[in-house]
Amino acid sequence: MPADSQAPPIVEMRGITIRFPGVLALDDVDFFLRPGEVHSLMGENGAGKSTLIKALTGVYPVDGGSIEATGSSRVFHSTFDAEAAGISTVYQEINLCSNLSVGENVMLGHEPRKVGRIDWKAVHRTAAEHLAGLGISIDTRSLLSNHSIAIQQLVAISRAMVLDAKVLVLDEPTSSLDRGEVDQLFAVIRELRDKGAAILFVSHFLDQVYEISDRITVLRNGKLVGEYPVGDLPRDDLVTKMIGHRLDDLVAISSTAAREIDRTVMPVLRAQDVGRRGVLEPADIDVFDGEIVGIAGLLGSGRTELVRLLYGADRADTGQIEVDGTPSKMTSPRHAIERGIAFSSEDRRAEGIVSDLTVADNIVLGMQARKGLRKIRRSTRESIVSEYLAALDVRPRDPDMVAGNLSGGNQQKVLLARWLATAPELLILDEPTRGIDIGTKADLQRKVAELSEQGLSVIFISSELEEVLRLAQRVVVMRDRKCIGELDSQKSDLEGLIDFIASEGEGSAA
Amino acid sequence: MRKVARHRLFWPVTALIILMVINTIARPRFASITVQDDRLYGALIDILRQSAPLMLVSLGMTVVIATRGIDLSVGAVMAVSGAVALTIIDNSADANSTTTVLVAVTVAVLASLILGVWNGFLVSVLGIQPIIATLVLMLAGRGVALLITDGFITTVNSRPFAFISTGYLLLLPFAFFIWVAAVAVVALIERRTALGVLTEAVGINPEASRLAGVRFRSIIWGGYAATGLLSGIAGIIYASNIRAADANAAGQFIELYAILAVVLGGTSLMGGKFSIAGTVVGVLIIQTLESSILFLGVPPAQSPVFFALVVVVVVVIQSPALHRFVRRLGGPGRSRRISDPDVEVGATP
Repeated sequence: MPADSQAPPIVEMRGITIRFPGVLALDDVDFFLRPGEVHSLMGENGAGKSTLIKALTGVYPVDGGSIEATGSSRVFHSTFDAEAAGISTVYQEINLCSNLSVGENVMLGHEPRKVGRIDWKAVHRTAAEHLAGLGISIDTRSLLSNHSIAIQQLVAISRAMVLDAKVLVLDEPTSSLDRGEVDQLFAVIRELRDKGAAILFVSHFLDQVYEISDRITVLRNGKLVGEYPVGDLPRDDLVTKMIGHRLDDLVAISSTAAREIDRTVMPVLRAQDVGRRGVLEPADIDVFDGEIVGIAGLLGSGRTELVRLLYGADRADTGQIEVDGTPSKMTSPRHAIERGIAFSSEDRRAEGIVSDLTVADNIVLGMQARKGLRKIRRSTRESIVSEYLAALDVRPRDPDMVAGNLSGGNQQKVLLARWLATAPELLILDEPTRGIDIGTKADLQRKVAELSEQGLSVIFISSELEEVLRLAQRVVVMRDRKCIGELDSQKSDLEGLIDFIASEGEGSAA
Repeated sequence: MRKVARHRLFWPVTALIILMVINTIARPRFASITVQDDRLYGALIDILRQSAPLMLVSLGMTVVIATRGIDLSVGAVMAVSGAVALTIIDNSADANSTTTVLVAVTVAVLASLILGVWNGFLVSVLGIQPIIATLVLMLAGRGVALLITDGFITTVNSRPFAFISTGYLLLLPFAFFIWVAAVAVVALIERRTALGVLTEAVGINPEASRLAGVRFRSIIWGGYAATGLLSGIAGIIYASNIRAADANAAGQFIELYAILAVVLGGTSLMGGKFSIAGTVVGVLIIQTLESSILFLGVPPAQSPVFFALVVVVVVVIQSPALHRFVRRLGGPGRSRRISDPDVEVGATP
């Protein structure tokens, strides 16, 4: 149901220009949002999507241009102003208070009051109603941090709905949701749209963009490429417009999966019966030299839990792990690192990037930790840092920049650099491409494929099954916190993999 | 000039200079330094001498705060250290023997180190929140000190011991050399080795540091141990100054002054990035302020109010919100965003 393009826009942004030190983040961008439409904002990492959203919601002041929202020309000085004007935002990284209850989070700042004090019963009742609107029924008095990232994301969305927003901004709302949850969310989005809300949607999942959007605006390098009704913009054209040239890279990568792996030799890693009560049922996994093993499964299927046990980030209470044929106790990450294992967590912000340190410090952190207190020589450090910044094409290529200021995809590259700099034998990547754009994704995948050809073993976890099939020679399938089997990626296609994940009854994880 | 103004030590140093200028204007004698019997005398020299205990404690506090911790027990450790040292000297045959004093000081400092190790154990191994873990010793430590001195204020007459606080070397107070040496050692260890950056990493993101293989436990533990050691030395200097072990008065409220010094020096209580030079300036601000109260003749009854007012002014001068406000008055500039930590360059994660 395409929106009526004749309807007057509820948000009009004209000639928006924003400068950061040394960078023109947005250059004369126009953007219009009409009531009753779902409008997707598309672009690569660093194209300016988040910046545009933050200009709209009052996080960043604009250096040029005008914003008219909900009928009047205005400048928002804070997100509070924006919310008061009916613009609500759900950010990609969850911005909630994990130490408060679910109900408190949903109603934060809008608690119903009775004789001047907060009416807790009403708080939880109203919160439960809003959550029920999204099809979730959880105890609103439970602690937010006890719930999965997916649930937290939905809580953030219901929080936006509490505000009864006329404009709802969703920045990568689906990056940590599984299919069922996405359907739930989309049903809610459609309902809100039909009620006349304007919805600004940002996602890296092209399927989802095409499924939900009425209109698409494409940005590239801070400039507007154009605004298109979704029907007039085939996928190929969209990708071409986003990256400025056609993308054949991903096709080239797929040869990796076809590579023959010698599995008669000693595996780099052999884990048997590795498990932890209440977390993961005992699982086996072997990884051979130069092999990429994919782990596929829904969110919450035990993928992350398995690799955390292998790395010693959490302790296993059953099983043995052998590295190069030697039994190894994995009781802490340090042990794993000493045995040549590296692990890049799915949670970049909380478990990866050290945000206040510079890019260079972040890259050498793993090496430095391994070396102890003796400082890495400045010349070594500089050559390593500049080598990886170039090899992984980190933008901007500034080693002295504070790492927290990089975009998500570039942070991911910095983390990859951190681990590659420790010269591991086995690299475990948990959702390395989550929430990053297609160009950077291709960069990362190409790099992983290249390294594995040079002999690096990799365990690759991703929610995007195509990605797993494209890279991995072998795919371990998990469901409900246990390994349910293995697939040869050459003998299987996407359908086969999905069937496998869904087989044996209802595959309800998460 | 702009670059100077943006240096993170700009505001603390400015506050210190303003404080000194006000003192000098009020009573020009403040800035005068005279030589007498191979010793320098003057209000400024007194500040350098008297800041020793707070300087040592604040140094340790800086490192602990950088790991996202806090150490409330520093004053109690000072009391224990003084009690141990004076009890040993008091019970020795010859209080004026340098050997006795060296033994006493060594034992007292080691005892303080052990207390620091205890704090570190509670925080890094047992995972108790720093404020609670060190509160235990803050409350219990003075009891221990009283136990050691049998509940009395032990006093001694020992020339070598008195030298630590009141002695002079090369025109300058010996206590000044102690803190300069401590600052130099800590700064060298933190910045010449990777300890400084690893400490900051642990403070900024403990989980990421752990997963990166950083020995986060040892680093946190070491911070508390070092603070214990430094507080022990501070306790010796304090006891030497009054030639007595006063378990109740030694280092009273010094944990709060130390926290204030660290914050005035620009280190965030949230942990992470820290500045040793900033802490040095912070301590000098506090000590100058203490001296000003005497020097300007503020009546004792009003001195806490005076102190409080000045601290409020200094803290406000340093606040980023005020700087932004002032810059906005100065016309629309882009400079404000450069210091804004939220900016994502080329954003869109």
